[in-house]
Amino acid sequence: MNLLAKNHKDNVETIASTIFLILGVINIGFVLLICVYLVIAGLPAIIKIGPIDFLFGAKWASTAAEPQFGILPFILTSIYGTAGAIVIGLPLGFFTAVYLAKIASKKVRYVIEPLIDLLAGIPSVVYGFIGMLVLVPSIRSLFSLPDGASLFAAIIVLAVMILPSIIKVSITALEAVPQEYELGSLALGANEIETYYRVVVPAAKSGIAAAVVLGVGRAIGEAMAVMMVAGNAANMPSLFESVRFLTTAVASEMSYSSGLQREALFSIALVLFVFIMMINATLNVLLKRGGVKRK
Amino acid sequence: MKKHVLALITAACFSAVSASAFAADLSVSTDGSTSMEKTIGSLGEAFMEKFDGAAFTYNPTGSGSGIAAAKEGRCDIGLSSRALTAEEEQDLVGTTLALDGIVIVVNPQNPVSDLSVEQIADLYTGKIANWKDIGGADAPVVLIGREAGSGTRDGFETVTNTKDQCKYRQELTATGDVITTVSQNPNAIGYASLAALSDKVKAVTVNGVQASEETVQDGSYKVQRPFVLVTCKGEKLSEGAQAFFDFALSDEAKPIIIQSGVVPLN
Repeated sequence: MNLLAKNHKDNVETIASTIFLILGVINIGFVLLICVYLVIAGLPAIIKIGPIDFLFGAKWASTAAEPQFGILPFILTSIYGTAGAIVIGLPLGFFTAVYLAKIASKKVRYVIEPLIDLLAGIPSVVYGFIGMLVLVPSIRSLFSLPDGASLFAAIIVLAVMILPSIIKVSITALEAVPQEYELGSLALGANEIETYYRVVVPAAKSGIAAAVVLGVGRAIGEAMAVMMVAGNAANMPSLFESVRFLTTAVASEMSYSSGLQREALFSIALVLFVFIMMINATLNVLLKRGGVKRK
Repeated sequence: MKKHVLALITAACFSAVSASAFAADLSVSTDGSTSMEKTIGSLGEAFMEKFDGAAFTYNPTGSGSGIAAAKEGRCDIGLSSRALTAEEEQDLVGTTLALDGIVIVVNPQNPVSDLSVEQIADLYTGKIANWKDIGGADAPVVLIGREAGSGTRDGFETVTNTKDQCKYRQELTATGDVITTVSQNPNAIGYASLAALSDKVKAVTVNGVQASEETVQDGSYKVQRPFVLVTCKGEKLSEGAQAFFDFALSDEAKPIIIQSGVVPLN
């Protein structure tokens, strides 16, 4: 009798673990499929064009009579644009997170947190549309430029878009710091602000770093909103010039492309993919280090 | 093989719905130019109405993809909003369905209202960089265009002979975006399909000729491009594709083409 019940339990466990295994494998299958497909689709053009000419060529003219496929302007634009978004978005997001996690009253937090969630839920095309109709004309008149569609406009839009992820992850990191640290600091005579910035923030440092990396990932992968405000001319990056990001380079030409041009677009996607892999690897390292420290 | 299966399924579906077994066999797939969407869409609707129960599909992928699809047999008829190149004409036949005028648009505040084709070319290549050189305000010219590979861009650059020389400030991916951007910036100039023209922007006359169906058809309006049906050379079209092809070029289809904002070929 006992033995039967045990067998039954074993069966249930086997079935459950098999189901979970299959689901897990499907998940990994998708990742592998995308990786393999991108490498297969992206490598031939890089080899045809030459890795040096492709990655460090300064001119992109994909449909010219003598086409040139240099993506250095896109790589630099993506790096500058993402860095700019972090420079503006990080202080804004970080201080908001400290305020909400430690200083704000429950009521204030109750109102603001759903609003931040809402900000995260707005589709990127809406950010782009508002950027196109409001931000771009204002930049034009504010800085008396011939045209407002520029790297600067893209940086502003990206900074707003990464705010929710920076704020949410930072709040989680700040709240994970054991309360004893805070109480100890207060008991030793530090005031509240000193405690937050000298004790809690350093203890949550790895979590905040993870927030930054997450923001970088979001910013570097954004296409739609950026495409509507950046102008998309394949120039070397400059703050008030029209620029094209890695993502928008793929998205804007894909629909009409053919031949080597299309292959080169896949190669750009591959480069972007490598960038995002590196960002994810950094994120993993940061999170692991944080985990060890908290022990 | 796949196509046959698909055709069979489609046929089965249709014969189940309609009693007419004859019409059920008619199916045509088209693939290509996004600028032709309005024209080919209304032709397709009229075609399905005429041949009760016929199947019509349109895949908006772009002229380049449409030509490739016709060549590789992935569709019955490819759609291109530019004339075929000599290289493409080796295996393909292009039949001009209609003419599309490309209008040059500026902001309504801009005093400039007439440009010659040379002036347009000079503007887009950067030789004329300030509006005051051609009778406008003292302000820099902001060039708005379409992305590489776009049929409208190709048509525009071919007509103005500015291929690979345009110094775009913005390359946008949709006609609507071009119109919006030009309507937002008093110094901007852009180009768009005649069919997409809206009153948010001002269309300039070219060599004194206003873009309209009549001026495109009689050739006096210079900035125009053909809408081409692309088929494989020497290969017989399927029954449905042939019926659609004949229908699109018939007199019966002309009012439909005009309604879609382009000008049928005489």
